[in-house]
Amino acid sequence: MAELILLFDALLTYEFMQRMFIAGMLASVAGGIIGSYVVVKRLVFISSGISHTAFGGIGMAYYFGFEPMIGAAMAALLTAIVVGLVNIKTKIRADSAIGIMWVIGMAAGVLFIKKTEGYTPDPMSILFGNILLVSREELIIMAVLIVIILGFVMFLYKDLLAMTFDEEFAAITGIHTNLLNLVLLSLTALTIVLMLKIVGVILVIAMLTIPPSLAGLFTNDLKVMMISAVIIGIVLNIGGFMISWQWDLPPGATIVILSGVVFLVVFSSIKIARFVKHKTKDPSSK
Amino acid sequence: MAKRKRKTVIDIRGLWAGYGREPILEDLDLKVYNDDFLGIIGPNGGGKSTLLKVILGLLPPQKGKVKVFGRSPIEARKYIGYVPQFAVYDKDFPINVWDVVMMGRRSRRGLFPFYNAEDKQKTKEALEAVDMLEFRKEHIDDLSGGQRQRVFVARALASDPKLLILDEPTASVDSVIQESIYQLLQRINEGIPIILVTHDIGVIAQAVTRIACLNKSLHTGDGEMLTKEQLESAYQCPVELIAHGVPHRVLPEHKK
Repeated sequence: MAELILLFDALLTYEFMQRMFIAGMLASVAGGIIGSYVVVKRLVFISSGISHTAFGGIGMAYYFGFEPMIGAAMAALLTAIVVGLVNIKTKIRADSAIGIMWVIGMAAGVLFIKKTEGYTPDPMSILFGNILLVSREELIIMAVLIVIILGFVMFLYKDLLAMTFDEEFAAITGIHTNLLNLVLLSLTALTIVLMLKIVGVILVIAMLTIPPSLAGLFTNDLKVMMISAVIIGIVLNIGGFMISWQWDLPPGATIVILSGVVFLVVFSSIKIARFVKHKTKDPSSK
Repeated sequence: MAKRKRKTVIDIRGLWAGYGREPILEDLDLKVYNDDFLGIIGPNGGGKSTLLKVILGLLPPQKGKVKVFGRSPIEARKYIGYVPQFAVYDKDFPINVWDVVMMGRRSRRGLFPFYNAEDKQKTKEALEAVDMLEFRKEHIDDLSGGQRQRVFVARALASDPKLLILDEPTASVDSVIQESIYQLLQRINEGIPIILVTHDIGVIAQAVTRIACLNKSLHTGDGEMLTKEQLESAYQCPVELIAHGVPHRVLPEHKK
């Protein structure tokens, strides 16, 4: 308990702690909203691919000496658009295309970092995130990304709803579904970039899928799902960080483990509750 | 049938269409008028769905001329209400009946980000027309097959279409519900033309005013009689020609 009081103390005192908290919030907002699309449109695998190729972009940014988040954004957007176009224009299977870009991105990242002179980051912190090291510049980039993401989603909400629900009908009503698919993949890429700093390349998928999946258990309205996913994401982020602080563990991993445990507990409780209700309500049946 | 001034709604001449090198539709002619309730029948793989895709502008023709309301299918499709055979959607998708039907308004609203009061009014009217308004808050997958089909009809109606196209609308529902859906369609047909694709030849006779038989090609274009031989060649098996639909014109009457 004493450690947690210390945590609040630190939060009030240190700017880097405040940055970290804001970063967690921003990532949860983007993750809850775009993650809902990722979950309902089954884009989890491509999201994984995008986040892993972002590793290549980060490596490239270190090698050439520019901001790593910009490198990550470039690689992530490139992957999103290439996979989207492959899906539309060619007969290459989309999952194979994702797999190919995934491994090339990872390998390129390792080579770039190996060949970078001077200071090189620990690849572990890129892979698993390090929320403690959010710089002021990175926070500004994150804020810009979230404005872009929210703007697109608000403007395109009804079209995205139609397209993710029933693509053929959406096309008939005049929606350019190919273009909108590319936009959605690009927004997913930007969201992933936003989250990389906190949970890292490998654990991004947790923040993108667990809060929306949890929210989806309770609602049949996409808007409600998004808003609840944002709130759940923020709570899980803060909770995971408190655990990491208390026992001195890497925050990315504790956020993911906490999210996973909460999901399993809630999911099985619902299943058990339904089973019990069914049994007691209907004793005569069979 | 009301005495509307007879106008051509769809005009297809010499249409070839398909996906690979093998065309599915060969040299097809078809005219649809503004008072039609046209039934399109034919064997599986005969090109029924392909023809609908061309009319809806989802598949460009390889050869031939296709005019819908005098325009290209892509320009005209916002005037068409479409009810697919199976709407391809994820049954876990978080969406309720109201929002599904509201989607039909997209063609009227365009890129503007929000639906307005008129959209809500039309959505309500469409749900009332199919008798599903009380289910508006339900999840789409909690409905029965017949109810869900009514919702997809409502989604098509919500856009105030000038033409309604349905692909096997009763494939997944029992005969009582089939009957009620056909009654609903006849009511709708008092206002707009309908094209109905089905292989349910028994029920179709009660509702439709014209039947076209599609097996790769189609030449019932204008005023031709549909004969037993044509039906048999389309199905490639003996067919019982429908005779009980006496008050309806099962066979086209209009002369050239």
